[in-house]
Amino acid sequence: MRWLRKNLIVIIGLLVMAYILIPNIVVVVFSFNKPAGHYNYEWSQFSLDAWLDPCGAPGMCDALGLSLWIGIASATISTIMGTMAAFALGRYRFIGRSFTNLLVFFPMATPEVVMGASLLTLFISMGLESGQTTILIAHILFTVSFVITTVKARVASLDPALEQAAADLYATPAQTFWKVTFPLVAPGIGAGALLAFALSFDDYIVTNFNAGATTLTFPMFVWGASQRGTPVQINVIGTVMFLGAVAIVGIAQAIGARRRKVDA
Amino acid sequence: MTEATQRKAQGELRLVELERRYDDFVAVNGIELDVPPGSFFALLGPSGCGKTTTLRMIAGLEEPSGGRIFLGTEDITNTRAHQRRVNTVFQSYALFPHLNILDNVGFGLRQLKVADWKTKAMQALELVKLADRAKQKPRQLSGGMQQRVALARAIVNEPEVLLLDEPLGALDLKLRREMQIELKRIQQEVGITFIHVTHDQEEAMTMADTVAVMRAGNIEQLGAPAELYDKPATAFVANFLGQSNLLPIEVTSITGERATVSSHGTSLVVEAAAIPSEAPDGLRLGIRPEKLRLVEATDTTWTNKLSGEVSDASFTGVSTTYLVRMPWGQELTVTQPNDGTARAELGDQVTIAWDPHHAFMIGVD
Ligand SMILES: Nc1ncnc2c1ncn2[C@@H]1O[C@H](COP(=O)(O)OP(=O)(O)OP(=O)(O)O)[C@@H](O)[C@H]1O
Ligand SMILES: [Mg+2]
Repeated sequence: MRWLRKNLIVIIGLLVMAYILIPNIVVVVFSFNKPAGHYNYEWSQFSLDAWLDPCGAPGMCDALGLSLWIGIASATISTIMGTMAAFALGRYRFIGRSFTNLLVFFPMATPEVVMGASLLTLFISMGLESGQTTILIAHILFTVSFVITTVKARVASLDPALEQAAADLYATPAQTFWKVTFPLVAPGIGAGALLAFALSFDDYIVTNFNAGATTLTFPMFVWGASQRGTPVQINVIGTVMFLGAVAIVGIAQAIGARRRKVDA
Repeated sequence: MTEATQRKAQGELRLVELERRYDDFVAVNGIELDVPPGSFFALLGPSGCGKTTTLRMIAGLEEPSGGRIFLGTEDITNTRAHQRRVNTVFQSYALFPHLNILDNVGFGLRQLKVADWKTKAMQALELVKLADRAKQKPRQLSGGMQQRVALARAIVNEPEVLLLDEPLGALDLKLRREMQIELKRIQQEVGITFIHVTHDQEEAMTMADTVAVMRAGNIEQLGAPAELYDKPATAFVANFLGQSNLLPIEVTSITGERATVSSHGTSLVVEAAAIPSEAPDGLRLGIRPEKLRLVEATDTTWTNKLSGEVSDASFTGVSTTYLVRMPWGQELTVTQPNDGTARAELGDQVTIAWDPHHAFMIGVD
């Protein structure tokens, strides 16, 4: 009983970690499976086939490439737009500021199905053909709010005296921005960009409404495949992405730790 | 420093009818100020009187609503902050958190394209005794150290005028006293004009050559610390710089250098020269607590004597402070040095006396 009380926190922690990690482990394990039928849902035998031929599933790598490209493009554009908007909203008082703040929340609050459907209506009435362009526009729309919110929090926490100090130390407004403001807001911008990419990359609902007949993103491919049979390669991509995310976090932590060590 | 003499000739700051309004509110009301080069100038005043606003206008961080600012012979009113050879030590220090101490101190020099900025920045850090912290980040330093970095960062650029906005405000008393001495030493060493904003009268008086007392956007009085203390021009200055006993008086006669006045029926002698030419009525006589003496009622060496009852006595070690209630109800504060003279007890009838030339006179505000 005493032992339990002492170690309860550790046990609960491990259970929570298991809860979070098990789905990922399943993805990794099943990337080494050689399924008996079309579906990769039951363990059959170990194999490296999928790893040796990651693009073996027809159309999958094209879909992956498209998703990566749309993710990077929409994250880049919405990061630039969102950062500028965040500075405007965080810094300046102008007429319609509070209304704009409200407006920023709409895309985050709107259910995705509603947004997807109404965007399609809009594109059709504008005569815009569904395809990569419409997907890109849609993704920028719903990611930009997240960028604005993330960056604005960072801008708001910035001490205005720092920029005044830079001006006092002979920095022009442009130099002040690049030497003081930007480096201090950069973590927020980076976080916003990653968030935007992640949201864009795994979006299915809005994308599905606004993709043309021939445009197929990775989430759409996976969804479509699950109707007919799931290629093991999906698990390979899933594993790589999971490890990639872990690597990014690991590198960020290592850099942080090194910096702290150098400082001390 | 060879450049110091040259800088001394330039660093004169002149404010002409400088004004700053926020809507209807006048924060700085057309002040005139002449700060001689190389001086340690203190702007003293209560909270909200416009000290920071004045400083920010000099730095170029705030736009004046009217008036002009001259640095040397140059009119800098319309130049921007980064174009002015003026540096500020901010109240919050405002060190750049993403840069290490050396880069913080070298920021201005690099903007000015000084080639050996690193050497100069290190020298400045040595001046404030923080050379060993050059590679650390601001958050790793204590408040007092950060304050010294802020000072080094401003001084290293050898500005014509250095503005300090309550730079010691966040420090504890001991560190504050240390930094006051340090600041004064550095100012004498580099010879830059310092304008030091504070609401601590003791700090202003110990450090500055000249003190300007501000009140509600105006400069109430300007002068050397001793002059302000001994001859305050208004009741506000008299009470802001230390304590004062103020007695309402009427002039009864003037004979040569001496004048006779009466206060609550008691006849007192004052120096005729000390009577202000304007405000002949509502005149008050002021006398500092430490200039009052407890004397024998029969003592005839003192011309000015008042009697009353001790209503409070507090012993502080170096001195004893008494409150003496006058027959008309007013309580006068008397500070008696702990020099072996007899101490009075609560309820004692005592006589207090002072030398005529220790008194000052002010009109109504
Ligand atoms: N941006 C502003 N908008 C409106 N009023 C302001 C603004 N800045 C300052 N004021 C007003 O101007 C007056 C002077 O302010 P200032 O900051 O110069 O005071 P201060 O003498 O430095 O006081 P403290 O000792 O408290 O720092 C204050 O009454 C303040 O309310
Ligand atoms: Mg202030």
